[in-house]
Amino acid sequence: MSFTIATTIDEALQALATGARPVAGGSDLVVGARHGKAPLPEHLVAIDRISELQCIDVTDLGVCIGAGVNHHIIEHHPLLSNAFAGLSDGSALVGSPSTRNVGTLGGNVMNSSPAMDTGSPLMVLGAEAELRSLRGSRRVGMADLWTGPGRHSAEADELCVAIHIAMPASRSNSAYLRLEYRRSMEIAVVGAAAAVTIADDGSVSAVRVALTAVAPTIIEVTGIGLGSVAEVAAAAAAAASEQARPISDVRASDKYRRHTVGVMARRAVEAAARRALGEPVSVPVNRAAGIGAAS
Amino acid sequence: MSDIVNYHLTVNGVDYPVNAAQGRNLLSVIRTEVGLTGTKEGCDDCECGACMVLLDGQPVNSCSFLAVQAQGRAVTTVEGLQQGDEMHPLQRNILEEGGVQCGFCTPGMLLSATALLERNPSPTEEEVRIGLSGNLCRCTGYAKIVAAVQRTAAELHP
Ligand SMILES: Cc1cc2nc3c(=O)[nH]c(=O)nc-3n(C[C@H](O)[C@H](O)[C@H](O)COP(=O)(O)OP(=O)(O)OC[C@H]3O[C@@H](n4cnc5c(N)ncnc54)[C@H](O)[C@@H]3O)c2cc1C
Ligand code: FES
Ligand code: FES
Repeated sequence: MSFTIATTIDEALQALATGARPVAGGSDLVVGARHGKAPLPEHLVAIDRISELQCIDVTDLGVCIGAGVNHHIIEHHPLLSNAFAGLSDGSALVGSPSTRNVGTLGGNVMNSSPAMDTGSPLMVLGAEAELRSLRGSRRVGMADLWTGPGRHSAEADELCVAIHIAMPASRSNSAYLRLEYRRSMEIAVVGAAAAVTIADDGSVSAVRVALTAVAPTIIEVTGIGLGSVAEVAAAAAAAASEQARPISDVRASDKYRRHTVGVMARRAVEAAARRALGEPVSVPVNRAAGIGAAS
Repeated sequence: MSDIVNYHLTVNGVDYPVNAAQGRNLLSVIRTEVGLTGTKEGCDDCECGACMVLLDGQPVNSCSFLAVQAQGRAVTTVEGLQQGDEMHPLQRNILEEGGVQCGFCTPGMLLSATALLERNPSPTEEEVRIGLSGNLCRCTGYAKIVAAVQRTAAELHP
């Protein structure tokens, strides 16, 4: 048994190299252990006091978000909630104010749940995770990182130090919506994110759509044709429903998930397009769209 | 190998030495080692908010947070809200508005509300409801709790 509190990335990497598991907010790790999902690891290194993991660095090229940045900060950060609005939509939906306060972006990404709310937004934004160990550092795209429910391709000694996202082109933006039955302490029944670029003539010149909770990992929708916003939204809806591979469980049937993920995809494209045109669509889109029972 | 660890917790400004198993949650350490029982255990599953405390001023479900991970940080429980002999305005208003029935959710509600007003001194009703959305109440129907928070906000920031 051991528990150490790292204050630098190097200290954390040393601990990981000797077999410790990182705990950031613990809102997956500790809660999962209490549920009996997996026992608490014997050797833990707390990474929530590493200031290098708390940074949000913005350049002309893009943004680097430290793995330790929590969902509350991502929801309210002025640049993120404007230029990377789909990511802020996702963080704003996580749990409750206390979950958003302890839960980190790195924890969400590395927990690798197919229902994770930052997953689809990161996928459509083309984000990369920076993984570091004593052996070196590498960057991995989201599609290569997530390999199954709760599984990822990082090695046990690798720490996710940051998420890198390129600055979207002009007249581009993103949005994420999830179907939920109530407005907090909820898990996505299904969800969809879209990133859209609008050409000078008002048509969609680029689109990416990714889906939440309809496959063993977050998946990206392929083969969506370009055209007007309405045409692209309809095409995204059809492709999302077709490409989803949902399961039936206590929360919804596979048939219902397949249908509603198309609805979420259509609305995500529409909201991303409105934002790309400079219309204010507040974070999270879910609330403005009236999804979930009245609180 | 022993899994007992020795560390210190600062709760409501007072330093407490703790010897407890590494996996113990903050809630059980506060209630049994520190001896402050205002913080409640409801679901013990990170769902109900009865166990809410503040860690460096921010809300945390103490049932699902490792006590060892709270060392070196300021823990605030409901016992830390009152100012001398005076109740905190939120405590007074939740009583006056009738926002307390069985009282089991009340400590957690008060701490979530404290964190909310710290971040947002003049919240709308919707913002209060979002701020308290991690706290379940089985008795009141919430309206009077929300009213108490809004009344407190109006008193503190007229
Ligand atoms: C009540 C409740 C509601 C929730 N609601 C939602 C929700 O609506 N949407 C949602 O997506 N999630 C939700 N979650 C899940 C959780 O809060 C998030 O996934 C959160 O972002 C996890 O972050 P954390 O820092 O707490 O992770 P931790 O629990 O500390 O870590 C999670 C996992 O990732 C590993 N890890 C953490 N950081 C790193 C790193 N930097 N590098 C490598 N590995 C790392 C840990 O070892 C562990 O395996 C909820 C959880 C609770 C308890
Ligand atoms: S006892 Fe902690 S959330 Fe219910
Ligand atoms: S007053 Fe009884 S649970 Fe809230």
